[in-house]
Amino acid sequence: MSRDKTMTADQVVARLASGMTVGIGGWGSRRKPMALVRALLRSPVTDLTVVAYGGPDIGLLAAAGRIRKLVTAFATLDSIPLEPHVRAARQRGAFELVELDEAMLMWGLTAAVHRLPFLPVRAGPGSDVMTVNPWLRTVRSPYPDGEELAAVPALRLDAALVHLNRADRHGNGQYLGPDPYFDDLFCAAATEAYVSCERLVPTAGLLAAGGPQTLLVPRHTVSGVVEAPRGAHFTSCAPDYGRDEAFQRAYARAAADPSDWRAFADRFLAGDEDAYQAAVEAFTERHGRH
Amino acid sequence: MEVSRAEYCVLACAEVWRGEGEVLASPMGTVPAIGARLARLTFAPELLLTDGEALLVDAAGAVEGWLPFRRHLAWVTGGRRHVMMGAAQLDRWGNQNISCIGDWHRPARQLLGVRGAPANTVNHATSYWVPRHSPRVFVPRVDLVCGVGYDRAAAAGPAVTRFHRIARVVTDLAVLDFETPDRTLRVRSLHPGVTLAQVRAATGFPLAAPDRVPATREPSAAELRLIREVIDPEGKRNQEVPG
Repeated sequence: MSRDKTMTADQVVARLASGMTVGIGGWGSRRKPMALVRALLRSPVTDLTVVAYGGPDIGLLAAAGRIRKLVTAFATLDSIPLEPHVRAARQRGAFELVELDEAMLMWGLTAAVHRLPFLPVRAGPGSDVMTVNPWLRTVRSPYPDGEELAAVPALRLDAALVHLNRADRHGNGQYLGPDPYFDDLFCAAATEAYVSCERLVPTAGLLAAGGPQTLLVPRHTVSGVVEAPRGAHFTSCAPDYGRDEAFQRAYARAAADPSDWRAFADRFLAGDEDAYQAAVEAFTERHGRH
Repeated sequence: MEVSRAEYCVLACAEVWRGEGEVLASPMGTVPAIGARLARLTFAPELLLTDGEALLVDAAGAVEGWLPFRRHLAWVTGGRRHVMMGAAQLDRWGNQNISCIGDWHRPARQLLGVRGAPANTVNHATSYWVPRHSPRVFVPRVDLVCGVGYDRAAAAGPAVTRFHRIARVVTDLAVLDFETPDRTLRVRSLHPGVTLAQVRAATGFPLAAPDRVPATREPSAAELRLIREVIDPEGKRNQEVPG
């Protein structure tokens, strides 16, 4: 019988330390582990190196000054092209940036998963990705073609945070939407991975919702499981819920002005996860359901 | 029947995918997305198109395949794709910037980031869509090379030039390409009502042009009907290219 790995979001964050390299799953404003990120904001953990396909997860961390170094290809809210906090943080030089192509990030995580030092990738050379990351190296094919390609280094993570639709107590995670994103890679590339989920289900109940190919994250790559209903809010978590566009617009508007942002943070982020969800509920009552 | 500027742009974008065969068309922007659907409904029925998320859908909207981001990124390197990206800046060799304006270390204006441009441009065909042709976009040098142009590809060597091809640049004024001896930007056709002098004035570097510049092809009645009644009945094209 495998271990019960359930814990609270605050217990997850208590296992993180300042200075760690943390990978965050999802993509843009899609299935981000926002409840875990909100728990991180309530903790003193800071000075992080964050690896992500960036969305409001890194927006919130940047706004709170928790990021020392960001490794990404973009930061977007999808329906709003630019993540406003990340944009502002970049323009005031608030953190160091490792700007990589989207595919380089995937192959860097893949190299880490396979315990390889790097993977050769046809992306980077010719572009300024090589210029702004002068430590990036190329590698020459040892075969007759002799091609010179980017040697994308393994992106090893101290910890990974991902959000899935379902999971069992042992860390088997299931996605039910159309896209797995890269959550299994984030988990397998990390020393400790934490899965939050919409709903905990018994192991025997996992296949009730989808075929075996929906079992994305295997338990041997997972250290902790958190049941966090609406834990991806305000990002999408198909098919459980879509992106909360009205709330996202309010977030983006508030982010444009420091005093508006303080008011927004006081209203939504000052309390625990239950307080957040209650404040969102009140916001939705006032602005109408979608 | 009066053809709008936006409709010429849709058709010019569609033409980018003519003869490309069974490849994924990845349009970024409203007008390119309408153009890609027009191409598939008419002269390029083999094209693969997504629903904007992780599903490949056929001309009738039926799901015909699965394309989550991880497969999408892997397809890029397989080469069976022709992307049409936007550009905050584009130079005469086709280097494109979408990341930031100003010094990268502390940009005056942070934009999208490099996204997939460094891989896209060296693995499969790339075209660009510029809804407002201006010297702010067509600059002598881009602030950060995201999409690789012909000079930078040549300098980087054969692994970069091997699959590098910038097919077209479509703007609200003209269609441009790189079919010059030194692989620099030239005017291929002008949209009706636009002069070569106007395009040159809106371009921040010397722009080559043939002796007689042809006009951008006019959409047929059938193509216009598809644009207006089937693909874009709400007229979203007119928000991207007014007038």
